[in-house]
Amino acid sequence: MNTFLDSIDRMSAWVGKAFAWCILILALATTYEVFVRYALRSPTSWAFDVSYIMYGTLFMMAGAYALSRNAHVRGDFVYQLWPPRIQAGIELVLYFIFFFPGVLALIYAGTGYAIESWGYMPFGPTGPRGEISINSPAGIPVFPLKTILPIASGFLLLQGIAETIRCILCLKTGEWPKRMHDVEEMEKVLIEQHKKEIAEKAAREAAEQEEAAK
Amino acid sequence: MSDPQVAMLMMGSFVASILLGFPICFTLIAMGVGFGYYAYAPADWMAHPLQNNIFDLLVNQTYSVMINDVLVAVPLFLFMGYIVERANIVERLFFSLNIAARFIPGAMAVAALMTCAIFATAVGIVGAVVTLMGLLAFPALLKAGYDEKLSAGVVCAGGCLGILIPPSIMLIVYGAISGVSVVRLYAGALIPGFMLAGLYICYVVGRAWINPKLAPKPPKEQTDIPNKELFIMLLTSVFPLTLLILSVLGSILFGLATPTEAASVGAIGSIILALSYKELTWLRLRDSVYLTTRTSAMVCWLFVGSWTFSSVFSYLGGHFVIEEFVTGLNLSPVLFLILAQCIIFLLGWPLEWSEIIIIFVPIFLPLLDAFGIDPLFFGILVAFNLQTSFLTPPMAMSCYYLKGIAPPHIQLTTIFKGSLPFLFMVLIAMVILYNFPIITTWLPNLVYGAH
Repeated sequence: MNTFLDSIDRMSAWVGKAFAWCILILALATTYEVFVRYALRSPTSWAFDVSYIMYGTLFMMAGAYALSRNAHVRGDFVYQLWPPRIQAGIELVLYFIFFFPGVLALIYAGTGYAIESWGYMPFGPTGPRGEISINSPAGIPVFPLKTILPIASGFLLLQGIAETIRCILCLKTGEWPKRMHDVEEMEKVLIEQHKKEIAEKAAREAAEQEEAAK
Repeated sequence: MSDPQVAMLMMGSFVASILLGFPICFTLIAMGVGFGYYAYAPADWMAHPLQNNIFDLLVNQTYSVMINDVLVAVPLFLFMGYIVERANIVERLFFSLNIAARFIPGAMAVAALMTCAIFATAVGIVGAVVTLMGLLAFPALLKAGYDEKLSAGVVCAGGCLGILIPPSIMLIVYGAISGVSVVRLYAGALIPGFMLAGLYICYVVGRAWINPKLAPKPPKEQTDIPNKELFIMLLTSVFPLTLLILSVLGSILFGLATPTEAASVGAIGSIILALSYKELTWLRLRDSVYLTTRTSAMVCWLFVGSWTFSSVFSYLGGHFVIEEFVTGLNLSPVLFLILAQCIIFLLGWPLEWSEIIIIFVPIFLPLLDAFGIDPLFFGILVAFNLQTSFLTPPMAMSCYYLKGIAPPHIQLTTIFKGSLPFLFMVLIAMVILYNFPIITTWLPNLVYGAH
């Protein structure tokens, strides 16, 4: 069960981190558009479409990664006060009441939506298939973006299963299983570091006092 | 049950389930789908259980978040912030500003406030600003003999300024929720933002002037640097970051670039800035990219949930019930404004700003029309209000961050007490805004014309 949990965690993180680099493409493409518009007076016909496609892909594909890092915001002011077992029990039930029905609906609806989009024939009956953006003459295809929707929801579903396993493990042991190490927000890192330093200093002083007493 | 009653049940069960601590975006999606399934069910739903308009609605709302051209700017500004906070810029800013401000009473505290304002504007993440300043400026202030409470208040309050002063991420999110153009919001927030920062500085200077013991003057030799050297210090520390912020903001306000374009240029600019300080490592870039992604996913999935939920809620007539109820109270517009702000203030204790703006502010938005309140003005007030939620016990996140990195002898209550006067300044600023809304509306109307 543990290895299964780990492998899903790792996969979600890998997918999220791989698509995270969309942010650089997004920033570079849009900066390029601004540059050619003002410096060369020849705006691109694709930059706008690229910007939302990159953004949409980025956040959708990171949904499972964020869940695996417990980064989706919760109203946890009461939740915090409970012992881990109660937290895990309630969460386990809620995964079945809230999470799975919602995400399954998203997969079901998203699949139909994507299939429909693949079937469009914007260039007439002889042209290539697949929906294109209506925003620009460049004819940027948007059917891949619509396909991202059910795929991202699928990853989310898998990560949801991993989270239920986490709840079960916690119910068994009374302790939340540790999450993989990953980058943390700066404030968290700094506060941890500060705590460690203070603890080390206190330990050193205690040792010195003991030495002096001897 | 009639539809509006179901809508109230929907809202009630949502609020109750927030308490259970489940990730809110999934609660919202589930409630939207569940109640929507009921609301859109055709008469023969038993025969075709998978044919229901709720599925189309869910997928359309999700896709409209995915192609939302306002929200594109959110990951970009986040990315810019994560890069800037890793560029070790605070130290340069603080020490050069400290020397530049040496003739003002309470120079070091003023410098800390100005550093906070500049840095928070570029970073936009309260936690990072407060902890970085808490590690750097706070010990420096204490060492110089500044009053503990004053020093703590300066760091906590200054760190929150990024919520309000554009380019702020919160205002983009509010723009996406309310339909007010982000450009107008930025123009509207500019003067109030500087007004608040100015009030903070006036307070610090005033306190230091009345009671010099709170903010002792540093010995001469420490700050005695020739003007030419000081000028070079400022040129290499304050000037580049300020230029970056001003060019991002200026290109938005003068209509040269959309917020998305300006944010992209800002992100690339911050990378160049970090490179030129020789502070950009592969590891830092990677961390920034990953953190950007996680935070964007959090904010945008919340939108997916919120938009699904609220369209089902209004389909059931929920907004109508709320509107009828509130107009039935016969409130005057001013009273309504105050009441709305009080509710948002109270919500700020248990909830984070993202939840408040994305989930609860939309409940008030349809009511604004009935009371003839400008949504732009309302948004600026909300931004002010959220500053207070970071500073007010029991859930004053800003104070907790400072406590987390402060020397052990600094009590949490000292930090709370130190933040109180600044909280008072926010209230004064809000009262001024209530009475002179022109402070907010003047600049947007001047630049883009009245609505």
